[in-house]
Order: sequence, then structure tokens, then C-alpha cells
Amino acid sequence: MPIAPILDVKNLTKIFGKGCPLCHDSTGPEHETNVCRRCGSVVACSDVSFELYLGEILGIVGESGSGKSTVVKLLHFDWDATFGEMYFQNTEDRKQNIDMTIDIDGKNLIALSPFIKRQTRNAFMGVVYQNPHLGLRMDVSSGGNIAERLIMANWRNIAMMRDRASGLLEKIEIPVERMDEPPRNFSGGMQQRVQIAKALSNEPLLLFLDEITTGLDVSVQARVLDLIRKLQRELQLSMIVVSHDFGVIRLLCQRTMVMKYGRIVEKGLTDQILEDPQHPYTQILVSSQL
Amino acid sequence: MLKADNLSKVFNIHILGDKVIEGCENISFHVSKGEFLGLAGPSGAGKSTILKCIYRTYLATGGDIWYDSILYGQVNLATIADPMVIGIRHKEIGYVSQFLKVIPRVSAIDVVAEPLLTRNGASANEARKKAGELLERLNIPARLLDAYPATFSGGEQQRVNIARAVIWKPRLLLLDEPTASLDRESVSIVVELLREMKEQGTSMIGIFHDNELMESITDRVYRVNPEISDVG
Repeated sequence: MPIAPILDVKNLTKIFGKGCPLCHDSTGPEHETNVCRRCGSVVACSDVSFELYLGEILGIVGESGSGKSTVVKLLHFDWDATFGEMYFQNTEDRKQNIDMTIDIDGKNLIALSPFIKRQTRNAFMGVVYQNPHLGLRMDVSSGGNIAERLIMANWRNIAMMRDRASGLLEKIEIPVERMDEPPRNFSGGMQQRVQIAKALSNEPLLLFLDEITTGLDVSVQARVLDLIRKLQRELQLSMIVVSHDFGVIRLLCQRTMVMKYGRIVEKGLTDQILEDPQHPYTQILVSSQL
Repeated sequence: MLKADNLSKVFNIHILGDKVIEGCENISFHVSKGEFLGLAGPSGAGKSTILKCIYRTYLATGGDIWYDSILYGQVNLATIADPMVIGIRHKEIGYVSQFLKVIPRVSAIDVVAEPLLTRNGASANEARKKAGELLERLNIPARLLDAYPATFSGGEQQRVNIARAVIWKPRLLLLDEPTASLDRESVSIVVELLREMKEQGTSMIGIFHDNELMESITDRVYRVNPEISDVG
């Protein structure tokens, strides 16, 4: 009874530079570089293929520059992929409520127009960045930040939006009376939680978390991670978690992919990656953990 | 229900100049439905390795592990795809490790209640109630239920660990020295708990350092590489 994946990604590739036929074969872990030796293009990621299942949290781990954030930026359409395929399997009960110009079932999202990509993102995706400044407007009230996203998802009623925003802030443990304060006034951990509320506001099926606890002190980190676990349990979200920290990955993810020089060098169950790593690089990474 | 056929595990440690470490070799045994199989053998013989291969924490390097799954029919746990392993871990196979892996900022009662919330769709109150009852039965003082297990003694942590694995009543339970750090009284409570589960139909494979205990609760004992201690 293998269930169909909610997200199916094939050969996702991003090249910065003009690119040449040698780009793929002259980069990667075995060449210890992601710069093409002929044309000098940077191959940020190449050959990235994986499936994500409903309700699953998938980890991407690797050192900085390995391409893990690139993958999220491509999937969230922040950047255009150079090439690759990405299929999204909508759930039946969501189809009725969503206002889409076209049916995206079975279509390669990477090849669609920017307009459809934006619609897809507004209807199904949420993202939380490492830096709250990327995900939030610091001078707009927290409630306003959430409302902005709801407007993009075609909400129009102010009272309903306020209701939704206060409900979300309650969920992420921010006092509702601070809803009208801008995130600028908040601590780093609170900013991160407002970002999570904003990402959840359109009830996404897919949530991308990019190094969300990096730079937070450990007690705040534990609180954010606990929140994510709770949300996943209650909302049945599928998530992709990018982190260089195996502690975060171990707590959140059932499956993990290890990246280096823009390639996936190993993927498997998280406990298997940690206790029986196969690839030499994963072995170094795991044995270097504190 | 489960049949290991010539199971072998070799670790290839690339960072130590491709050093090869043997985990276990040519292991063959079977477990029938409702049966409790003990694994015996000297320390280092590969008993834990076998359990971890079944649970897929380790990737077997040789042989097969045939398992009659409710979800997927007969599957080879050594080779099936990761998402199927996740499904089987979720609904069918439980594992008690030697040590509790602490989850930061989650209290003992919630650590134990969590498997019910994610699996059986229980309400939070219901799950916490059951978790509380189970922990009470395992002699965890009521005042510790809301505390974080990171601060617990080894024996208390181990009982939390057992409770977490037992509460959702898996179909097959893998036990890696579940009684190692427990006092005699706690051991007898755990043994009683395991007996009850067996009566309710759970099959088990267990490692116990106490041979007498193992003989008394298992139906059968498989000796892992008995010759290995002679060979060194």
C-alpha cells in the first residue's frame, strides 16, 4: 500500500553563470568543487531528486555552501531552477477550496509561468527563513504581517483576517495583546515564531524551514522545535527542514538527505544516517557532532 | 511472522582508512506470531546489531529479513523502501533501546503520551491519562510526571523509555536490554508488563543480560555466533 508522494522532485538543478555541457560532470563531491572547470559557472545544486510524503518531515543536512538552502529556494520559487521537474499532488479535499487558474496535477511546476507559480505558492506553501528579516516586514504590525499573506491568498474581510491572525499568534504562544506591535520590538525567538505564524496563515500543505533555530539560544531553540513538532502532529503538514545541526534533524525528521557540493550524497531514515552512515562524507559529518 | 535468513552486517568505516568491522554474520532464525524469542551470546557477538538491522537503523549487508506486514504483506526489511519502513515503525514494530533519547523541553508524561497522539488518534487528555497510569504502574513518582526526563536517574529514564515503546501496543516489539539499569522490583514490574503484552498477542525479540531472567520469560533462545568467543 505505498501511498503517492505529495511532492515529487526530479533532477532539480541550479547553475549560476552561463553553464556548459561540462558543468555537471566536472563538479560534485568527487571533484570537491561546485565550480565548473571549463566555464566557471557555479553549480549550486544538481541532480537533486526525492519524494516527500503527506505528513512527513524530511531533513536536508550539510555544511554551508552544500546547496541545501538552494533546494528550498527553488522549491519555493524564490529562484528559478535552471532545469528539473517538480510535481505536486494536491489532496482531494483541498481542491474544492482553492482558487487556481489551472489544475496543476501532473504538471511540472518548474516549467509553469511565474503567475501560476505564485498561485501555487500562495495556495499550498509556507516558508520560514533563518533570518526573520527575510520573512517579515519589521515595521508592520505582527497581525499586519499575517494579513498580508492572507490577502495574497485572496482573503478580503478584515475582521476574519484579524480573527485568523489572533488565533495563529495564540497557537505560537505570542500574547494576543501584542498583535499590533511590529516584529522589530520582539526578541529573536519571538520573531521566529511570528514568521512561523505567517507561514502557517494560508494553511499550507508544504512548509519549508530553512535553518530556523540557527542563532537562537538553546532554551528558545527547544521551544521552537517543540512548537514545530506540535504543529506537525496537529496539522499533518509535510515539511522540509534544512539544517546543519544533526540535533535538530534527529528531533524533527523521519528521513534525511545529506548534501555536499550541490549533490545528495546519501539519503535514508534519520536514525540510519546517524548510526550507520554509508557515505564517507556522512561518516565524517556524523562523527564530528558534539 | 519474522524470519532472518543468513543475515550479515559489516561496517565499512571509510574515515578510518576503509576499516571493516563485523557486526553479525550468517544469522538465521524465525519468530512465530505471539512468540517471545531471546537472543543470547557474549558481549560483542552482534545481538544489538541484529535488532537494529530488523528495525532498519542499520542497513543489512547480506541476507534477508522476511516479515509478514499487515500494511504491505510479506516484505524484506533489509531492502524495502524507507517510506514503507516508516509505515511499519508507525503501525507495527516498536523498539526499546538501551538508553532514552531525551527530547528537550518535553515532560515525562508527554514523552510517553506522544506515540498515542501520533498513532491511535487519541485525544490529548486520553493519551496523558493512559501515560500517567502506565508510568504509575512502573513506579515513577507522580511528582516526576511533569518533569523533564533529562534530569531523571538511569533507571527512571529506562522505565520512561519502556513505557513509550509499550503504550501503543506494537505488533512486534524489539527489546535491547530493557532491564539493564533497573532494580529488582522494577524488573519484576517490567516482566509482568511484557507477559501481559505477550498474552495480548505481541511478538517479541529481546536481549537480556540476565540469563535466568531470559530463560524465564522467553519461549526460546537463539544463541548468536556461539563460536565467536573462541575465535576472538
